Amino acid sequence: MDKIVKKRIKQVIKGDQDAFGEIVEIYKNSVYQLCYRMLGNRHEAEDIAQEAFLRAYVNIRSFNQDLKFSTWLFRIATNLCIDRMRKKKPDYYLDAEVAGTEGLTMYSQISSDSPLPETEVESLELQETVQKEILKLPEKYRAAIVLKYMKDLSLNEISEILDLPLGTVKTRIHRGREALRQQLRYV
Amino acid sequence: MCPEQIVELMHDYLDEEIDPANEKTLRDHLKSCKECEMIFNQLKKTDAFVKGISHMQAPPDFTANVLARLPKEKKKVWMQRWFTNHPMLTAASVFIILMMGSLFSSWSQDQAFSVSKQKNLVVKNNTVIVPKGKTVKGDVVVHNGNVRIEGEVQGDVTVINGEKYLASAGHVTGQIEEVNEVFDWIWYHIKTTAKDVIGIFGQSNAK
Repeated sequence: MDKIVKKRIKQVIKGDQDAFGEIVEIYKNSVYQLCYRMLGNRHEAEDIAQEAFLRAYVNIRSFNQDLKFSTWLFRIATNLCIDRMRKKKPDYYLDAEVAGTEGLTMYSQISSDSPLPETEVESLELQETVQKEILKLPEKYRAAIVLKYMKDLSLNEISEILDLPLGTVKTRIHRGREALRQQLRYV
Repeated sequence: MCPEQIVELMHDYLDEEIDPANEKTLRDHLKSCKECEMIFNQLKKTDAFVKGISHMQAPPDFTANVLARLPKEKKKVWMQRWFTNHPMLTAASVFIILMMGSLFSSWSQDQAFSVSKQKNLVVKNNTVIVPKGKTVKGDVVVHNGNVRIEGEVQGDVTVINGEKYLASAGHVTGQIEEVNEVFDWIWYHIKTTAKDVIGIFGQSNAK
């Protein structure tokens, strides 16, 4: 598939929009999913995912064709999501870091003591619960966790997407997972 | 209190990045520590939950919406794609363009006055005169000039890019034709070519 993508990219650089349509078809689900997990809103997710493809199209000449296209595309999408998250940050800074902890926020402090109802959770409800908990993660853990649980992404790729050292990526995934564990342990 | 590194090992395990020696350390510890075992099980459950929600599909019209937002495609590209998709039409249109080009260029080059050579034809100021009482034998063709027929022409008269005057006494046994527009001119060419071709076949049949 990488070969097809490379060929399509060359066509796109010549200005062929149909070829770009094929690229969008290949990656639309992953990018949309990435945005939805980060933002938790279908409308916003679609908007940002479209914006990510638009930016990829406009900047396609600056893409280094020796690298993996998906890495580059996911980086654009992740950065757009983080920008959007910062813009709509609530004014009661619940996700401000708690002093003395690296990245643990008020979110993880409040709700860890209020266990989720222990009724039988329908699969869809469970999904919503998990999504909600992901949205409570501070942005740097959220990005790492969302990428970690995308299909087929290795830790190395995540570190390239986030432009962070591998060790930092691991730490963030571990912290994010620990926060999720605390939230989801009673589900 | 358990060593901090045990939790790290749990995460390494979930990331599938743990080496066998560490995995053994982890397993040995879990056997002896209920609390860590509980945490480990919760982590595994969390991992499964998050994995479970992973798959999502973009809205059905997603690609069309993206393409609609792209800046306009260059005409050149659109044409290139059209040409590769329609090779026959491309060949045909190239042929027609070349044909038209050569016809138009010969039309515009053909501005000089000329007349077919015949006895009794008089030329005056780009006007060909068939004098009164004289008879011209054969077809008369005039390019870029007028023709005035006062006598008799035994054949066709063709005026290209000019006008014909037929005096009351004048007489033409064949057809009189005026060609002034480029499309008439092309049609005239096609007709004469066809006539020539038929003539060639007619001759070879006669042989």
